[in-house]
Amino acid sequence: MPRTGVFICHCGTNIAGTVDIDKTVEASRNFPGVVHADEYRYLCSEMGQDIITKAIKENDLDRVVVGTCSPRMHENTFRKAAAEAGLNPYLLEVANIREHCSWVHKDMEEATPKAIALLRAAAAKAALNEALEAPRLDVEKRALVIGGGIAGIQAALDIAEAGYEVDIVEKDPSIGGRMAQLEKTFPTLDCSACILTPKMVEAAQHPNINLLTYSEVDEVKGFVGQFDVKIRQKARYVDPVKCTGCGICWEKCPSKAPSEFEMGLSKRKSIYVPFAQAVPMVPVIDRDSCLYFRKGRCQICEKECPPQAIDYEQQDEIIERRYGAIVVATGFDQLDPTIYGEYGYGQHPDILTGLEFERIFNASGPTGGKVVKLSDGKPPKKVVFIQCIGSRDKARGMNYCSKICCMYTAKQAILLKEKVPDAKSYVFYIDVRTGGKGYEEFQRRAAEEHDVAYMRGQVGKIFPEDDHLVVRGIDSLTNRNIEIKADMVVLAAATVARGDAPELGRLVGINSDSYHFFNEAHPKLKPVETHTAGIFIAGACQAPKDIPETVSQASAAAVKAIGLLSKEKLQGEACTAEVIQSDCSGCLNCEAICPYTAITPVEIEERYKDGVLKRTVAEVNPALCQGCGSCAVTCRSGSINLKGFSNDQIMAEVDAICLQR
Amino acid sequence: MSAALNETAGGWEPLIVSFCCNWCSYAGGDLAGTSRMSYPVNVKVIRVPCSGRMNPMFVLRAFQRGADGVLVAGCHPGDCHYTSGNYQSRRRLSAFKRLVEFAGFEPERFEVRWISSSEGDKFAEEMTSITEKIKALGPNRKMRDARWQSVTSKV
Repeated sequence: MPRTGVFICHCGTNIAGTVDIDKTVEASRNFPGVVHADEYRYLCSEMGQDIITKAIKENDLDRVVVGTCSPRMHENTFRKAAAEAGLNPYLLEVANIREHCSWVHKDMEEATPKAIALLRAAAAKAALNEALEAPRLDVEKRALVIGGGIAGIQAALDIAEAGYEVDIVEKDPSIGGRMAQLEKTFPTLDCSACILTPKMVEAAQHPNINLLTYSEVDEVKGFVGQFDVKIRQKARYVDPVKCTGCGICWEKCPSKAPSEFEMGLSKRKSIYVPFAQAVPMVPVIDRDSCLYFRKGRCQICEKECPPQAIDYEQQDEIIERRYGAIVVATGFDQLDPTIYGEYGYGQHPDILTGLEFERIFNASGPTGGKVVKLSDGKPPKKVVFIQCIGSRDKARGMNYCSKICCMYTAKQAILLKEKVPDAKSYVFYIDVRTGGKGYEEFQRRAAEEHDVAYMRGQVGKIFPEDDHLVVRGIDSLTNRNIEIKADMVVLAAATVARGDAPELGRLVGINSDSYHFFNEAHPKLKPVETHTAGIFIAGACQAPKDIPETVSQASAAAVKAIGLLSKEKLQGEACTAEVIQSDCSGCLNCEAICPYTAITPVEIEERYKDGVLKRTVAEVNPALCQGCGSCAVTCRSGSINLKGFSNDQIMAEVDAICLQR
Repeated sequence: MSAALNETAGGWEPLIVSFCCNWCSYAGGDLAGTSRMSYPVNVKVIRVPCSGRMNPMFVLRAFQRGADGVLVAGCHPGDCHYTSGNYQSRRRLSAFKRLVEFAGFEPERFEVRWISSSEGDKFAEEMTSITEKIKALGPNRKMRDARWQSVTSKV
């Protein structure tokens, strides 16, 4: 029989106002196993905790029940008090007689018996409580950042500055991401490359940062503090140690392919760096278009390279490394508007997406920074911007707002006016959304000072006629049909999750919403954490975001990672599942249901007749288990139990509650 | 016998056991308290880590022990703290409910609801609504084990 002590809190009048404390204490004395019952005005105060600690020692208590506020409030406080008296903290149970009783019932005659029932249930459960030990986990003092855009760079710099090693894995040949593709940034119009390039260089030169470009994550195993990651460093066919980045190879290379960085608007060589400020300045050979790899001849780059850095025999390399924390910052893609036939995207060179138009402005872009039509090289005089292509479109696209389009459209309209002073811009919008510091002012400047006509409405059809594009739409405020003979059309295509986001989410073990944006652990209070401990998210892989938001989220994720890495040991979850292996049939349904891959098959040996029987059974890794208990319910033979919420404990609570009088 | 059916001098009052997941519904119950929303005293809450922890045995046990209604509450689908526990419980418990009905027991006595931690009002509403429903249904006579109450009442 346990020796249980019951302590009831008045919480001033919060509990005592509706629950008869004396009656409750008296009733508690009659619960099975209770040897001591007491009350105090404020049990969570230092005095109140002392009462518990002293009573445990004086009465030799081995179980404690407190009748107080919600366990979500003060369970830890009282567990610490119990631990102070030398009792295992998990031998304490909380009966929630405030939030679930005194605050929701008004009549003392009714609330008192309910409080007694809740206390009886807690005492019945406590009698079955076991001493538990939260696993103490090691922390590898190194972080992995997946994605080398502005989010990844910022997070890596912050973590590195705190003194921890960081590896950045970037799938492209250079870091920089989407921000490197932008011309100017709203609402200040400072040049994107001018503010990004120094950060890229800083990341590359930082002693604590290790860049793994042209690399992808192949496998993530393990758990918080000890993620074992396999990274595939793809073969560049160029020795990065020998290469000086002189550029002779890509100058001489005779074969070409569409440039990914230029959104396919121009060509790059088969040996290339994606853009002029690439970091690292080491080219890669694209096997698919390279003459040597396709036809076995050419080798011009090899012949021309002064330091002889070309190595056609290079192989993909697998790097295996352990990390304490992971920041996922994989960014976004732009929706391909081809699916909306009415806009004619892909059928005419002057119908562009926002990101494509961005490249037209850029000095190193496909037009050398001249704002001209791709069809005839003449400057566009009339440009129609269409907002919400695929965004806020319940029927055919995404429900959400892509957030950045209103602002970049205003920016592009301003830039257009600067480059082509006699140009006129038209914007078809649903709503203009300018939430952000200086954003509203910026958009107003576009409308009022840069000759941008904003029209609330939608476009139904775009088609070429003579040397221009006819845009037919409707102004929904005046209900009039509008026809504009435009030189160029820019579609604000929706910001969407990266195509490989679902795969990466599965690989890393984080979940995403229905649009494949990664989910934060709590929309308000845990915006950079995920449901998987030790994995954080930053930037547009979580939801559409502009640069300032991305940078702040990256720094936030870095702080969370630093906080984790700074710990000597991590405390794991104590209430974990355990397999009674002698009963386990090895069906492994639990392995399939476990959301944390905490259950794995193991082979055990059992004595059988005269020999030894080898059997496969399930085993729970307590470091990975988060204690949800799904496995315990799935187990056919009932051989899995969840510590702290065992079948017996829950049944005992049911029994105690059903003993009504 | 009448005492065993919870029929006191003031008339019969149902007993409702509610299993709430720690992260959403139990917290929703806390919020109902913090916001001083009131619901019938007939409901008693048992905290489970996740609605996916709900073994149908717990529900049967409550009915055997004389509960007149059982309400399982968990996070909304998609919001499970453990990613997928409420999907498991949704499948498992809806099958269980049909089984209960097949066995000839009133299925209305057993309900599953999704209540988030910000839905204190919904928590109070659901608790009130199931209490009303069970009051109309009357006591659980079919599944209760009368022997148990008479044994334990002697203790």
